[in-house]
Amino acid sequence: MVGITSYGVYIPYYRLNRAEIGQYWGGFQVPGEKAVANFDEDTVTMGVEACRECLKGIPEEEIDALYFSSTTFPYAEKQSSALVAAALDLHRNARTTDISGTLRSGSDAVQLAIDAVAGSSGRNVLVCASDLRLGLPNGSKELEFGDGAGALLIGDSDLIATIDGVYTVNNEIFDVYRRADERFVRSWEDRFVRERGYMKVVPETVTAAMSEFKLEPSDVTRVVMQAPNPVYLKGAAKAAGFDAKAQAVDPLWGMTGNMGSAHPLVLMAAALEGSNPGDRLLWVTYGDGCDVMALTVTDRIAEIREKQAVTRMIGSKALTTYQKYLRWRNLIATEPPMRPREEPASAVALNRDRKCGLALYGSRCDRCGSIQYPVQRICMDCGAKDDFTYYPFADKQGKIVTFSHDNLAVSPDPPTTLAAVDFEEGGRIMMDITDRDPSEIAVGLPLEMTFRKFRNTEGIQVYWWKSRPVR
Amino acid sequence: MESIKDKVAVVGMGCTKFGENWDQSFDDLVIDAVYEAYEDAGIEPKDVQGVWIGSYWSDLPAPSQPLATTLKLDYKPITRLENMCATASDTFRNAAYAVASGVCDIALAIGAEKLKDSGYSGLPTDDIAMGLVSTAPNTFRSRNFTAPGHFAMMATSYFNKYGLTPEEGRTMLAKIMVKNHHNGTLSPKAHFRREITVEQVLKAPMIAWPLGLLDCCGVSDGAAAAILVRKDMAKDFRADPVYIKALQIAVGPSEGYMNPKHDWTMVKETHRAGQAAYAEAGVTNPRKEISMAEVHDCFSITEAIIYEDLQFSQRGRCREDIDAGTFELTGELPVNMDGGLKCFGHPIGASGLRMIYELYKQIQGKAGPRQVENPGLGLAHNLGGTPGGATIAVSIVGP
Repeated sequence: MVGITSYGVYIPYYRLNRAEIGQYWGGFQVPGEKAVANFDEDTVTMGVEACRECLKGIPEEEIDALYFSSTTFPYAEKQSSALVAAALDLHRNARTTDISGTLRSGSDAVQLAIDAVAGSSGRNVLVCASDLRLGLPNGSKELEFGDGAGALLIGDSDLIATIDGVYTVNNEIFDVYRRADERFVRSWEDRFVRERGYMKVVPETVTAAMSEFKLEPSDVTRVVMQAPNPVYLKGAAKAAGFDAKAQAVDPLWGMTGNMGSAHPLVLMAAALEGSNPGDRLLWVTYGDGCDVMALTVTDRIAEIREKQAVTRMIGSKALTTYQKYLRWRNLIATEPPMRPREEPASAVALNRDRKCGLALYGSRCDRCGSIQYPVQRICMDCGAKDDFTYYPFADKQGKIVTFSHDNLAVSPDPPTTLAAVDFEEGGRIMMDITDRDPSEIAVGLPLEMTFRKFRNTEGIQVYWWKSRPVR
Repeated sequence: MESIKDKVAVVGMGCTKFGENWDQSFDDLVIDAVYEAYEDAGIEPKDVQGVWIGSYWSDLPAPSQPLATTLKLDYKPITRLENMCATASDTFRNAAYAVASGVCDIALAIGAEKLKDSGYSGLPTDDIAMGLVSTAPNTFRSRNFTAPGHFAMMATSYFNKYGLTPEEGRTMLAKIMVKNHHNGTLSPKAHFRREITVEQVLKAPMIAWPLGLLDCCGVSDGAAAAILVRKDMAKDFRADPVYIKALQIAVGPSEGYMNPKHDWTMVKETHRAGQAAYAEAGVTNPRKEISMAEVHDCFSITEAIIYEDLQFSQRGRCREDIDAGTFELTGELPVNMDGGLKCFGHPIGASGLRMIYELYKQIQGKAGPRQVENPGLGLAHNLGGTPGGATIAVSIVGP
């Protein structure tokens, strides 16, 4: 039996009130909040965060493959999943695959994972979907879209939900689309998008799938239906024979917005967290076709859902402003600071140092036990040479020793908060503190590690780690 | 191991006006400082037997050849040297070592920096601390570590450790800046020459919490130079040579960045360089035996902690001495008699020799309205790097 063994989600700390966008443009006051990635986040960093949550307590070396899906990968040529695998410290033989091109890419990846596990090419396949889509300012898509990532671990033992059936259709249509060389998502006229797209394809496919699965709507505890907004969800659920109010899972419109290819994975995680053993779930994903999967929740859900990972992520937040959002996404031109050009990154040095940088390994002295970052060939405490074991910092918490709020540092979100961070088992790293309210930063505050974007020079996006107040 | 004490004398020095010297090139600064030193020592360019020039950014990558061209030095050995913000102190040390070794009787040490050609109001590279807050040079690192950001972390930690509210701590630091600005008004070669008040310091725009604009030194152009000779030759040049008593440099292995034992309320390198310099000079009670000091007040908190690291004040209690006026021009142990980095600004590769220039003039009784009474030993403290990983030069000179 193949199914889901673990889940993780990542919702950015910052949220934007849709009403503020409406107010800025003098338009409609649409309710709710959308999740907004910070300036130092992208599809890759959010994906890493969701995967780290999903893999908590699971040894990285047991992961046989990572299927990473998105419509907004940072590189057209250069694999994001290989980068995520390096940050997660997966083993070198883990199969990495990027899956893109549609909002269904997340559920496409799940289906490929099911096939891999069933076909014995891997026992534990990590599936991640992450998206950071842009709508043009003052448009409906800007209001609709939110940023986020979800991850599911697909395997054949210790399942929290079995995947009992998969049904799919493909469907060529220009309803929502974006050329590879464009930044902003386009769509055709509303009525066509709704009537010939989602509202037609989803109910038809769900009905056909239910027949194939030999299920009646009343057999299904909850329907986990990806939808751009609650109106679409209600209409499609009703057309497929469900009681939308009683059976459909909240599409998080009011809390995160439509997270693109990540949306179905986040909704599935939220559904699992609210499920009981024996619940039957129907999972519906739309985009250039429709995927439907039937799942049954197992007894093991009880221990997993206690972590309340989804609830915690959704609840841990602060409001940002539309002005900051415009700046973070480079949607307005601002005067650059009168500062020197950023030193171009060296691909050679980045490659040489990737374990220390991307996977955040320091060293622990085998002679005296002292923990140090970055790796020190000569121990700072006892002077032992080349006598150390690599030591991972990414999963450790730290505390602020001292800090400053630097207005001079170049940042789209000034001031830059920097700190000396001491770790629970030893070691100190100088780090930025991101996703923070400066007024709450104090000596002794607990911090956790988060993978972020740093300089971007001559086509090379450098990623490293920052700290953040524990979420 | 021998000591440098009383082996080498300074017989001539020069120093340009520090500031935004729009009309002066790097070469102009060097010529003005060096020719003032020649004249002061009464020597000709041909008398110089070896040259050490320090510069952090200017005329990279190698100002030694341009220097020979600028000064028309006659095929003399010239070495270009860089040791972060302590660069000029290190040129002085290297020149002194050459003289002490006996291979060079008359040596020239130069520190010069031209920052204001860059077009930036700050320093001309994007990250002064690369390699310190990263996995290795030019790899995974934050761009977001400026000098004020680093030094501000000392203030946060100091206030926290000794129970000062931000207001109390910032007021303590402001008094240091007010003192240095007062001294600067008496220094014709200083960049900034106006009085400031504690209130102005506290209300200045915030640069890196808890340091405001007036807690920070300026960015300037400048150069300084020294002529060093063997002690036994010194009186041939002048009646009032100044003698080197100690030259120490301590370079820390960046423990502040990596070692939880380091709490950011001291700069261990300053403490160690100070201890070594006192031992070399035979000083047992610095507070009593050092009669004046020029220290590296790049930021207000830096000077406060220097008082404690150099054992002028007891740990955690510099505030009492600041309030008592101990370090004022007329106080028990005057510090930064010329106004310090606060008023001269900090042309990186020049500052160390500018400090020694002030001690030299004070010892000769030529410091005008800022003259310290009966000056004995003078100490120059020059900080390179940042509090978590510093290069500290402590030099002691005396009559």
